[in-house]
Amino acid sequence: MGSQYVYKKVKTMKTYLTSKFAVIRDPDRCIQCQVCINQCGFNANYFDAEENEVKSRNENCVDCQRCVIFCPTQALTVTGAPLEYRYNCNWKANVIEDINKQAETGGVLLTGMGTDKDYPIYWDHLLLNASQVTNPSIDPLREPMELTTYLGSKPNKLDIDPDTLELKTKMAPQVKLNVPVMFSAMSYGAVSLNVQTSLAKAATEIGTLWNTGEGGLHSSLIKYGNNTTVQVASGRFGVHSEYLNAGRIIEIKIGQGAKPGIGGHLPGEKVSSEVSLTRMIPQDSDALSPAPHHDIYSIEDLLQLIHALKEATNYSKPISVKIAAVHNAAAIASGIVRGGADIVVIDGFRGATGAAPKVIRDNVGIPVELGLASIDTRLRQEGIRNKASIVVSGGIRNSGDVVKAIALGADAVNIGTAALIALGCHVCQQCHTGKCSWGICTSDLRLTRRVNPEVGARRLTNLIRGWSLEIKDILGGLGVNAIESLKGNRLHLRGIGLTDTELEILGVRVAGS
Amino acid sequence: MQNLGHVNNNHNDDKVIDACSIFGAMNTLGHRFSGEGVIKAIANMHDRGNGLGGGFAIYGLYPEYTDLYAFHIMYLSQQGKQETEAFLKDNFKIFHQEDVPTRKTIKIINPPLVRRYFVDINMHQPDNALHNDYILDKVMQINTRLCDSFVFSSGKDMAVFKGVGYPEEIAEFFCLEQYKGYIWTSHGRFPTNTQGWWGGAHPFSILDWTVVHNGEISSYGINQRYLEGFGYHCTMQTDTEAIAYAVDLLVRKHKLPVEIMAKVFAPPFWDDIDRMPPKEHELVQALRQVYGSLMLNGPFAVLIAHHGELIGLTDRIRLRPLTIGEKGDMVYLSSEESAIRLVSPELDRAWIPMGGEPVITRLKIGNEQKDGSIKEAIPA
Repeated sequence: MGSQYVYKKVKTMKTYLTSKFAVIRDPDRCIQCQVCINQCGFNANYFDAEENEVKSRNENCVDCQRCVIFCPTQALTVTGAPLEYRYNCNWKANVIEDINKQAETGGVLLTGMGTDKDYPIYWDHLLLNASQVTNPSIDPLREPMELTTYLGSKPNKLDIDPDTLELKTKMAPQVKLNVPVMFSAMSYGAVSLNVQTSLAKAATEIGTLWNTGEGGLHSSLIKYGNNTTVQVASGRFGVHSEYLNAGRIIEIKIGQGAKPGIGGHLPGEKVSSEVSLTRMIPQDSDALSPAPHHDIYSIEDLLQLIHALKEATNYSKPISVKIAAVHNAAAIASGIVRGGADIVVIDGFRGATGAAPKVIRDNVGIPVELGLASIDTRLRQEGIRNKASIVVSGGIRNSGDVVKAIALGADAVNIGTAALIALGCHVCQQCHTGKCSWGICTSDLRLTRRVNPEVGARRLTNLIRGWSLEIKDILGGLGVNAIESLKGNRLHLRGIGLTDTELEILGVRVAGS
Repeated sequence: MQNLGHVNNNHNDDKVIDACSIFGAMNTLGHRFSGEGVIKAIANMHDRGNGLGGGFAIYGLYPEYTDLYAFHIMYLSQQGKQETEAFLKDNFKIFHQEDVPTRKTIKIINPPLVRRYFVDINMHQPDNALHNDYILDKVMQINTRLCDSFVFSSGKDMAVFKGVGYPEEIAEFFCLEQYKGYIWTSHGRFPTNTQGWWGGAHPFSILDWTVVHNGEISSYGINQRYLEGFGYHCTMQTDTEAIAYAVDLLVRKHKLPVEIMAKVFAPPFWDDIDRMPPKEHELVQALRQVYGSLMLNGPFAVLIAHHGELIGLTDRIRLRPLTIGEKGDMVYLSSEESAIRLVSPELDRAWIPMGGEPVITRLKIGNEQKDGSIKEAIPA
């Protein structure tokens, strides 16, 4: 009503989209057991009763590889089946298909995960140093190698009584991480309770933090509170006194790398009774997170919220503010730190989402590497770098990325996609459909059972253990035995294949110099 | 306007990597002694250097000028000398100035001019902290803005003598056997990534602090960035310079005791911190949290000196050597025990400190001795 875009349902409309993938079944291996039918969340496999045979609907396949991996006889292969459009650099297959999708639906194109476009990945243009001869490398198998990191605001100096050597400065609350890797915010509702339980158990075992996202904290997870970051986002779902006091860190979510400037929308179908209780909203109702916090229209409003949360928790917890990396991120971060935040989280444009408009995901924001470098430099120039810790997220793939992020100036990183991959995610980008065959990004109880929290926690713990061993190896090679000697130490980085301007922003020199 | 294109130090645009010999000696009664023994000891570790840098710091050096700042400045050109002398005249009251006496030797080729100035501040504030900040600021200006000039040292009743050559050659050049002091530190350098130049030799000094250092600080990148936040610019690009500024920041500006400073540079491991009693745990944990960016990581053994104190410290896993010898009122700190035994064969005690454990040698008598009322030592 009143909209100029009135969507008229046409009774029948032939779709011009073809299957993107093909499920190939080896008839010699297939034993007609129907496991593939049960495993697929997208109904891509079915039993043809007439022909008494298991068959596939290629048009439903999303290439999540669930059936391939669970087929007991390895009879299945899922492969790409692109339509061979006439060669054209401008009008590539995905561009044509997106136009067709919108021509057929009249809607905003939704997608999940982080952007899949071919933007530069600066991690892959940064190289690390190693020590030789003039400076011995340190063997992490023989010598202590310290990854312990404390997040929180630090004073510029300490006052110590010269006679008694007692500390006179009162430190702001600090949060200890055994490894400078935390789990990104993923809300209950977007991901299942089993996923959150896996993350919470793993974080507790590793000695790091997981993050509730904006979906509240399920009552069964309160016991992991000491390893939990509780988020306060624009929808304020599930925020109450007990929630705030349960967490170790309180995070105000302003922006998300996958969808800067955009709010969130959890469809009512995902709001089950448990989700409803946790989010404190009616069952089956849509959970809409506004684009801005409607009580934060300027930096002074953020300052008030930061201090309100500190008051509510008796100044016992650091307050974190999460923003998306955008063009003026350095100025925003400076304002956030001056506003009293203890931690700034910068989420780069490769960060993932449960659902976002594709045009936003693929076109808004900047790489976290550049955002991090400019924010760290800016805060140092202003003499306020000690006042807040910096955490980065959005496309951290492995321990090499972690080390490079810390050398650029981060105190710690968050991983989201990498953690989900450890739980089974095959990055098929269908998070927004709620049909996830791996049982991760869905609230369908038939599917969520597929993530076993014990096994999930084990897989996550293994991943972080592997990374921490690798980080120790790299530190030893650099000739340092504590992570704080790497933090912000850009002399250990060199750039390769970068322009002078990129090198200048990253604050690194070119390889060979 | 400052000429941003002007580079004062064109010898190295990167961190200097070097290995070295270090030797320090202190008379804990404050008695001044000749440098002959120190020169002999550092010469004994000849092979730890490669002739591209040697130097000495001497405390209790100018009893006739104890209340004046002694500026030792190196000039690479006449223009530099003119600019800097005009600058000094504008900013200080100069009581005495002269060329630092040298002798012609075969080994020292093409030396720069080194002059010394005994100056005071044209200020009437009684606050000594302000005076020190003033001196620091002027030294930074000479080093970064004025042409071809470097301040070797700027403290009272002390000085640094250094240059390109083996330390014993530098000593011969500057006639150091004729001087006396109650603390001596010395250094023989083995730089590997730069040709030697006079400004790059050790000791590095700011106010009356001096640092000689054997090692390579792998944390230099962050140490330097952290210090920049407090107004220290590492113009010489060496990690030793960064240590000198870090000492100044922690001890003079932040007023931390030197024991605490040592815990910042070479902090205990977290596992050990976890086992400390609550008060100590709280303190050391806060030190690492706040000053983590000043931790010196990588192999080092360093001698840090100022009036009244000589401090030896190695990195926390002791990747570079340091030996201590004691004989009566004399304390020796050296890369090698052999060098100590050469000058004092019958030691009361010789020992190797644990990694990261500071060795702090203080005057046994009151602090008033620092200010110059130092008695002539009976020659040892």
